[in-house]
Amino acid sequence: MRTLNEHLRVLRFTLRHMLLTPNASLLNILIIGIALSLPVGGYVLLKSAQTLGSQIAGTPQVSVFLASGTSASEIDHIGEKLRQHAGIKRIEFVSRDAALKKLQQSTGLADVVAGLAQNPLPDAFVIYPKGGDAAALETLRDELRTWQHFEHVQLDSAWVHKLEALLDFGRMAVAILAALLSFALIAITFNTIRLQILTRREEIEVAKLIGATDSFIRRPFLYFGLTQGLLGGIAAWLLVAASLQLLNHQIGALTQLYASDFSLQHLSPVDSITLLGFSAYLGWLGAWFSVSQHLWQIEPR
Amino acid sequence: MIKFNQVYKRYPGGHEALKNLSFDVAEGEMVYLTGHSGAGKSTLLKLIAAIERPSSGGVLVKGQNIRSIKPAAIPHLRRNIGLIFQDHKLLFDRNAFDNVMLPLQICGFDHRESAKRVRAALDKVGLLDREKANPVALSGGEQQRLCIARAIVNRPTILLADEPTGNLDTEYSNEIMNIFKSFHQVGVTLLISTHDESILRQFPARALHLKKGELQT
Repeated sequence: MRTLNEHLRVLRFTLRHMLLTPNASLLNILIIGIALSLPVGGYVLLKSAQTLGSQIAGTPQVSVFLASGTSASEIDHIGEKLRQHAGIKRIEFVSRDAALKKLQQSTGLADVVAGLAQNPLPDAFVIYPKGGDAAALETLRDELRTWQHFEHVQLDSAWVHKLEALLDFGRMAVAILAALLSFALIAITFNTIRLQILTRREEIEVAKLIGATDSFIRRPFLYFGLTQGLLGGIAAWLLVAASLQLLNHQIGALTQLYASDFSLQHLSPVDSITLLGFSAYLGWLGAWFSVSQHLWQIEPR
Repeated sequence: MIKFNQVYKRYPGGHEALKNLSFDVAEGEMVYLTGHSGAGKSTLLKLIAAIERPSSGGVLVKGQNIRSIKPAAIPHLRRNIGLIFQDHKLLFDRNAFDNVMLPLQICGFDHRESAKRVRAALDKVGLLDREKANPVALSGGEQQRLCIARAIVNRPTILLADEPTGNLDTEYSNEIMNIFKSFHQVGVTLLISTHDESILRQFPARALHLKKGELQT
């Protein structure tokens, strides 16, 4: 109870201290907020891109296009062979006529298709492999390429891998940005606390003279760092939320044209709490470094 | 309570502030420390409060050896020692009440209990009606009394006063000495440094006379 009261007292003291210099406090919080909002914004965009990718990709599949002039019996034979293949779960035969019909229906190219003198499409198999990993798929593709009558074997998930690689690149970029800006946050807090220690030198000296422990002297500074970090985190959250609101407004107009309901997702509650916790922790850490660096220099003489 | 045994204090540069000091102060005793400025009075008081450490010899305060005391133990030692400074060392960013409150906050006292104690201490030094005043607005004598209130608020067993009447006229000096006398009567150990002979005559007690860092007998 006694310690709780003490902590509440220090917290009140800290907030009062911040309100004493509202402009400086606000500026610091804003700088921290902007610094944090950059990696957080990047993270949000990546997450949305990832969702979009997985929505479109579905399960990986291999398309096999047969050489024109392959007879029906040969097609049956190939179908049987594919069904017995150990790496294949399921196959689907798409005849050239069916493919043409599908093309007519789905893409609004009916006029063009109707104008064709003959069906340019080949017969095809869509193969659903058993395993999902990229290496197995590639092995399967390479094996199928050696089969007779197969004119073209295409791994439909290839672009998903490309997207995945691109997203990995993005994630790494965001991680580097986050690391750098975390250092910036620690540095900002370090400096703020350093100035505070200098201006409150006399108070620290007197407190030491009348029996204050180091932790008693350290506490208000650590609280200040923690609170400033937390408020900076809240500022970052608000900045990201406002930006997403604006972007989604623009995207709404764009996706309508493509008849999609895609929109950028906001930070989940877990992500939000992680952001606030992390920023508060970094603030605390910056203050801790500063205090351990500067406090021992102040000894009463 | 306080025991000095062949204590030397040398500062970097070779200046010898204290030479071969040996004396005892018993529990509840009131002792004056006299001598010219520069004789080593302040240094001696600083050794007792562990603000400085002796270069050689033993300083025992309440059984603790200051020469080998661990830094973590110093705050707890100081809570038992009320320090009264010639320059008061008051904080001007808070009012008189909060200045006296500081030692209790440091010890982690409950707020209501401390408020009572702060008012009792302010009453003791006659500043109860000035609790809202900023120390800047107080006279020299009042600032000294506020410093005393802060030193006694957590009821230390030892009071160290460095020239408490240094800049004050006789009337104020007597006021302050009467306050010290009342602490002496309730059993507080007092060590008061002064160069004011009239005080010694008016409030007689044992005196340790320092001259160039040495004890004169």
